[in-house]
Amino acid sequence: MLDADFFRRWMTATAVSVEHEAERLTALDSPIGDADHGSNLQRGFRAVATVLEKDEPGTPGAVLTLAGRQLISTVGGASGPLYGTLLRRTGKALGDAAEVDEQEFAQALRTGVDAVMQLGGAAPGDKTMIDALLPAVDALGQSFAAARSAAEEGAQATTPLQARKGRASYLGERSIGHQDPGATSSALLIAALAETAGE
Amino acid sequence: MSDLVNAGTAGGDGGKLVGVVLVSHSAAVAASVAELATGLAGGGTLAPVAAAGGDGDGGLGTSSELISAAAAAVDRGAGVAVLTDLGSAVLTVKALLAEGDELPPDTRLVDAPFVEGAVAAVVTASAGADLAAVEAAAAEAYTYRKV
Repeated sequence: MLDADFFRRWMTATAVSVEHEAERLTALDSPIGDADHGSNLQRGFRAVATVLEKDEPGTPGAVLTLAGRQLISTVGGASGPLYGTLLRRTGKALGDAAEVDEQEFAQALRTGVDAVMQLGGAAPGDKTMIDALLPAVDALGQSFAAARSAAEEGAQATTPLQARKGRASYLGERSIGHQDPGATSSALLIAALAETAGE
Repeated sequence: MSDLVNAGTAGGDGGKLVGVVLVSHSAAVAASVAELATGLAGGGTLAPVAAAGGDGDGGLGTSSELISAAAAAVDRGAGVAVLTDLGSAVLTVKALLAEGDELPPDTRLVDAPFVEGAVAAVVTASAGADLAAVEAAAAEAYTYRKV
């Protein structure tokens, strides 16, 4: 069973991973974006770690809802409302249960990913975070480790794609050949999840 | 920055006016479009208009705090029309609307071109139109072809 502490540790692990990878995320965002993905997420997840320490939300749903709100209010780029919506909707779907099992969490995360697709209007293959998140959610039914592999593969598979959403889409064919920064950070989020689960 | 460009003047019949919020990645763009729209709305009754531009820290980006503050500042109880430029400005407003309690009741993201839509929204809101009419006027700006 997964409790509030598990989700707090997931968010903290994500914050640590984003700190480590911020430069790489920004470098990926330079040729096809506005070179702020790493620094934006760094600011956002630092704020998430701080607020979770201060407020100590007591349920899995409350942890993710609070984290999501914090991202929406601190990131300042498109990744804020997108990741914020992902976590907030996932958190809301978990309700106020003190503990959730892996299947309940997988289902809630799917609700969150659906909300992101609705918000951004992205479909699989558009070279976005969805290309890492959807395979991860599909694999989460097997194990956290499978989800991590699926997310990583999904992120890498964005390289030959042409962007159809966001600023990168203005580049047309010139967006081909670059791994999508949003899919890359989504893979970090799922890797942190697997790490937190000890897988 | 979040600038209340115009606090709004009471309508002749004391009716409440729809507020307009202009959200851009750039503080200068948001403030300038607000200035343009209020300037073109004429010298009579003017709807409340606020600009929410930039990341709140002097850079380009979107600030949910500025957007919330701007919407609260122009809310007179008749609804608030929010116009945005692109990308994170659109997504942030949508995410705030989905929150449910971050923006005044009857706040709408209006699907309109930023500059032309802002002028149409401020002019109609200043004329005392309701939120649906303000939204329709702003959206209609998409149909105005220049060539």
